[in-house]
Formats: sequence, C-alpha cells, structure tokens
Amino acid sequence: MSPRRIRTWSWLHTWSSLVCTVFLLMLCLTGLPLVFHDEIDDALNPDRWEPAHPGAARLDLDQLLANALAARPGEVPLFLSFDTDRPVVNVTSGAHPSVSEAAMHFASWDWTSGARVPPANKGEALMHFLLQLHTDLFLGLPGMLFLGAMGLLFAVAVVSGVVLYGPFMRKLDFGTVRTQRSPRVKWLDYHNLLGIVTLAWVLLVALTGVINTLADPIVERWREVALADLVAGRDAEGPPSAPSSLQAAVDAARAAAPGMVLQFVAFPGVSFTTNHHYAVFLHGNTPLTEHLVTPVLVDARDGTLVGVREMPWYAKALSLSKPLHFGDYAGLPLKILWAALTVLTLIVLGSGIYLWGVRRVNAAPPLVSAVAEQAGGRESGTT
Amino acid sequence: MRTWGVPAAVGTLSAAGLVSALLGDGVVDVLATIAAAAPLAAATWALLARRR
Repeated sequence: MSPRRIRTWSWLHTWSSLVCTVFLLMLCLTGLPLVFHDEIDDALNPDRWEPAHPGAARLDLDQLLANALAARPGEVPLFLSFDTDRPVVNVTSGAHPSVSEAAMHFASWDWTSGARVPPANKGEALMHFLLQLHTDLFLGLPGMLFLGAMGLLFAVAVVSGVVLYGPFMRKLDFGTVRTQRSPRVKWLDYHNLLGIVTLAWVLLVALTGVINTLADPIVERWREVALADLVAGRDAEGPPSAPSSLQAAVDAARAAAPGMVLQFVAFPGVSFTTNHHYAVFLHGNTPLTEHLVTPVLVDARDGTLVGVREMPWYAKALSLSKPLHFGDYAGLPLKILWAALTVLTLIVLGSGIYLWGVRRVNAAPPLVSAVAEQAGGRESGTT
Repeated sequence: MRTWGVPAAVGTLSAAGLVSALLGDGVVDVLATIAAAAPLAAATWALLARRR
C-alpha cells in the first residue's frame, strides 16, 4: 500500500474513531453493569416470595386483570407479561393507551391467588438510569438515532483499522509488542493486537447496537405494513369500551400457535397492535426461536381470531440483535467473556486516544511513521 | 499468511462461537463460549510470549 493510501486510511481511522470515542467509552462503561443486570437484580433482591397455592390451577386472566385494575382506578391495561420461572403475571397500566413509558404503572400479581407480589426493585432506579443513558442519552428517538450513527462511525473505524493492520504488521509476527521501544510504539502494538483479536466481537456488538437503535422505527414500520389491513378505515375509532374476554383471546392465540410459549399481551391502542385487537405475543421453544416473537391477533370487540402475523425479517433481525448485543444468551460464562472483551475494547479506545495525543505532540501520523519505520528503519520517513 | 493467519483464525472461531451459542443449548453453549473466547486466548498468549 502506498504511503498516500496509508495516510488516507489513517485519516479515516483517526477521525471516525475520535468522533465516536467519547460515546463508546460511555457505552462500554454503562454496558458492563447492564450485561450483569440479572445477577445484580438477584443479588440485591433475593427471591423469597412463594405463590399462595403452589401447584394449584391458575386464575382466569380476566379475573386477575380486574383485580389489578381495581387497584389502579381510572387506568386502562397496556401490557400483560408472564414470568417464566414462577406463576406471576405482570400488569402494566396507564391513564390512556398512548401514555409515555415514564407514566406507566407496573405491578406483579400471584397467578394462583390474585394477591399482589411485593416489588423486587432494589437497585432498579440505577439500572434504569444506566439503561436509558446507554440506549438514548435521555433524548428519546433522536438520542437513539444519534447513538446508532456513532455505532456506524465505530464500524468505519474498525474496518479502516483492519485495512491499516496489514501494512503495519507486514514485517512483524502476530502479537509482537515492542516493550523496549518508545511508549508510542509499545502502545501502538497493544492497540493493534487487542484491536485485531476483538474484531469479530466488536463488529457484532457495534452492528447489533445500531440495529437496536432502530427499534422504534422498526416497530412502527411493522405496525404500518403488517397490520395495515386491520387498521384501514378505522383509524379514528378508539379502543372498545367493553373489550371481549382476555382469557378467551389468550386461549385462542395458544390454540392458533401450538407449541409456542406465551410471552406478553398488548392491549388495544398500544404501539404493538391496533385500536381494536389484542396482540398475544408468543415465542418459540428452541434456543434460537425463544428470541423470536410471533403475534397472534384477536379482535377485542367480538373475540374473533384474526390469525398469526409472522414478524417480517427486519423485526426478526431486531429480536435477534438484542441478545447478540447484550451477550445474555448463553449463561454466566458468556457474560463474563462479554465483560472481558469490553475491558479489552476500553484499552483499545484508550490507547487510540493516547496515540492521537502523541501524534499531535509530534506532529507526525503515528501509523504512517510506524509503517515507515517497519519498512526503512526511520521514525518518520514517509511524512 | 504471516500477517493474517492468526487474526483470521481468531476471527473465525470467535464469530462461530458467538453465533452457535445463540443456536444451541447446554454443551453447545459451553463449546461455543470456549470458541468465542479465542480473542482472549490469543491476546494472553501474545502478551506472555511476544513481548520483546
């Protein structure tokens, strides 16, 4: 590669990295505790709760929902979700179906007795703060899209770094770290070594992160396209004042998708469905399909089953991006690996900033001069 | 080969591990995590053996 090309790639690598580095440092630091979200929750809230009637038949969902709403007068149900490891139903309610997330109320109920399950929310405020900072910088959709752009810039930085790795390492064995040379050369070697070995993981996390930032537009697009025929002509109508049976809707959905596992129900009017339909979301029962949800729509005015609406490819990509981004799909060992690779990435980012600082002091592009050094033994032969 | 041999092997193992952990369970998860840990193994080996 000619010195001119190296300079061009070096410029691209330097500036694409610099623009996004501060945000990536934040994302790495907030992402670390988020990877261990479940373990931190369990440690802070040891689960001593037991169902009132272990092994007993589960209550009718309409009865349980009426019970939950009686505790929240004036509110309407928004979502119903189900714990996987205990007979607990979680009811999210709000003043109206389009209420903001911050104004939603969440409570858990014993599916065997209808009694309230005590909240296990120690540490939740901190985790919520970290998650929101990590997701959208407290700026909503603009913040998410901005972080998505930073993720794309990071991908450019990674690819340009790979391009530069070739000429730089041409005369060196893999993993050489020249500790006896100047600090600049030593840290350049660390930067190259850790950058190239973490390449696959970093690209995976960056690109799945970018997809996650598109969650809102993806759900909106799915709603517009996949549910268009159900919404057509009825946009102005609000949700039914006396909806049909929730339990019957869930039973119908289960019958329509045998072998699938109930995950959550979206009530008419919320963003995951139309103003007139229950959307009963079920997921598969294999390691892969448990991350993929399929909605079954039931008309909330008369209980008619509309049918299974397969999620389109972009919604499936979003569903798979979440575990691939957070590393929570293969138990604690993978989470520990995620944390270790995050630390290596922090070192790559930190060493990158250091190399840029040295470049400013020496006024010579470190990568260009380092390649020249490899080729001719001079410190800055090509600059 | 000298430049790209180890990085290509590490990248392939790492990517295969990360994806297969999503596809399997139990033993597959363990094997996949070990494969996905190739970057750590390569970095540790290099830092121990290649410092000069």
